[in-house]
Amino acid sequence: MMRRITGDKIFQIAIAAIAASALAILVANAYVLTSGSALVFDTFGLDFLTGTSWNAVEGREAFGVLPYVLGTLLTSGIALLIGVPLSLGIAIFLAEMSPKKVRVPLSYLVELLAAVPSVIYGLWGLFVLRFWSQNYIEIPLNQYLGWIPLFGGTPLGLDIFTAGLILAIMIIPTIASVSREVISAVPNSIREGAYSIGATKWETIRHWVLSYGRSGIFGAIILGLGRAVGETMAVTMVIGNATGPKAMVSSLFDQGQTLPSLIANGFIESPDPLSKSAYVGAGLVLLVMSIAINVIAYLMVTRLFKVKGGAVE
Amino acid sequence: MKTTYIIAIVAIAILVGAVVAYVFLSQPSGPSTSVFINSAGATFPQPFLNATIQAYHSIMPSVNINYQGGGSGAGINALTQKNVDFAATDAPLSDSQRKAAPNTLHIPETIGAVTLAYNLPDVTGNLKLSGDVLAEIYLGTITKWNDPAIAGLNPTITLPDQEITTIHRSESSGTTSVFTKYLSLVSSTWSIQIGSGTSVEWPGGIGASGNSNVASIVTQTEYSIGYVELAYALQNNMPVASIQNSAGNFIVPSLTSTTTAVQSGASQGLPSGDQSWTAVSLLNTADPQAYPIVAFTYLIEYKELNVIPGMTLEKATAIVQYMWYVVHDGQQLSSSLQYATLPSNVVQINEATIRSITFNGQTLPVT
Repeated sequence: MMRRITGDKIFQIAIAAIAASALAILVANAYVLTSGSALVFDTFGLDFLTGTSWNAVEGREAFGVLPYVLGTLLTSGIALLIGVPLSLGIAIFLAEMSPKKVRVPLSYLVELLAAVPSVIYGLWGLFVLRFWSQNYIEIPLNQYLGWIPLFGGTPLGLDIFTAGLILAIMIIPTIASVSREVISAVPNSIREGAYSIGATKWETIRHWVLSYGRSGIFGAIILGLGRAVGETMAVTMVIGNATGPKAMVSSLFDQGQTLPSLIANGFIESPDPLSKSAYVGAGLVLLVMSIAINVIAYLMVTRLFKVKGGAVE
Repeated sequence: MKTTYIIAIVAIAILVGAVVAYVFLSQPSGPSTSVFINSAGATFPQPFLNATIQAYHSIMPSVNINYQGGGSGAGINALTQKNVDFAATDAPLSDSQRKAAPNTLHIPETIGAVTLAYNLPDVTGNLKLSGDVLAEIYLGTITKWNDPAIAGLNPTITLPDQEITTIHRSESSGTTSVFTKYLSLVSSTWSIQIGSGTSVEWPGGIGASGNSNVASIVTQTEYSIGYVELAYALQNNMPVASIQNSAGNFIVPSLTSTTTAVQSGASQGLPSGDQSWTAVSLLNTADPQAYPIVAFTYLIEYKELNVIPGMTLEKATAIVQYMWYVVHDGQQLSSSLQYATLPSNVVQINEATIRSITFNGQTLPVT
């Protein structure tokens, strides 16, 4: 009797410690990033957040992360724009429409996409996707619609658009598998109710099933967005790696840079304390951005979709 | 319940015991065990360094050297943080870098040339470029291949009406440092607007990390031009431009023209290994047959090796002997890779430098 009570106590403390350690890691991260970037914020103040230069040459130092925040938002935005409809389509097909026999193997194959290391995606993007994207999408769009600023620029295949495309492919397995679970979890009574008043299959899915599972699907999208914002290697290899004012892209087909790719390219080799501090500062901005995206998403789910926590209503 | 506990405890004890025994037994126990040396740095000399490492390993199989590349900046950083046993860089340490890593030695181990590799699909014949035209291409003031400035230098070639895509290094690179120093020398506009360094604010173009990636992207991108070390251009069978030197001649980058530049620029006035090498320049040397964009590339090492964690007498001896090999017998490997061999005055300086390396205050045998 006594042993069971002490065992429980130990279990409680151990579990609490593990949960606290997750929080501690986040706090430790934030502390290291803040103290490491103190130098660059001291030197440039808020210009670091709004500036566009990135110059490590001695005597001309200037650092500003605005172009890379833009690049991160743009590539993630493109990834969602392309990836979410595809993922939802895959999820709906797997959960609602595929024959029972192919359901499990197909789901497995989709999840296998997530097992591919991101550097492999980068290599494939650099050697294969780049030319496909350049020849079949970028050059035609640039030729015929180039007067729209969005499609101007230098369509070389290594640019914001291709990076967004690669990211879309990388987030499809995440969003698709979680959405598939969410859609499968929708009770059959909802579907039966829809059919009983004469709804077609598409109407059932669109008005009943998807809206029932909307908070779960939205959560899946946020998961995908989180992966897209933080993805480093694949993006670095296909984004063109522009720095400074040139990275402030004005079109989808310009060479750009995201916060993770900037840090990946420069941090390990940054030759002096100020530029090292600038890269740490970029890391801090990235962390704050990721947290902000998650907080906004949480608020949207709880306010807009009127759902508490992670539960489906 | 009791038996489960006992089984669990015994299993954990066996596991822990096995791990401890493995760790204990795998400690090196004498001079006959292998030595593992870690190094990192410039990709500029990497083909040559890899060749010397392989050759040295076949002579001394117990010495295993790992050279990671990553760029000159990475090498300098790694040595300053004492994360590697030695490093390599094309850009000699600046004064602030020498302050951050005190008592470091420079050992020039080979000489390379920065070449301009290009991709012009329908053009045969050798492209000629002058320094200021090259600077304008990279500044973005010359945007097309058939610009009169380029066409004027190449009267026998029909240049296409296409935009030029410039490729540069995205990470901190000694090759960039050499190239931008050259551009600053030949173009005052470049010197004022951009300057030189291991990492500059490029006015445009695509960035790629490492000499090999730049070579690869130039090969795949039509109408592009990028700067790479000579060995990479040759390994990938890429056409390279002839650059105009200080005498006005357009010189093809090759072993011969690189060696001529070294002999012209390094015959005297070189510092000793423990001094600063920032004033040493093999750019635009005087000889009429010299290729203008040539540079030493250096191994950098602490004078007293005990500052590096994990350093042992065996490792220190192996490092010193490897470096001695590189500047003597290893030089025979350089020509086939199109790196110039060190002239004898530089070898003499290196000998004095390598002999000055100590471990715990004691000098080390160089052979």
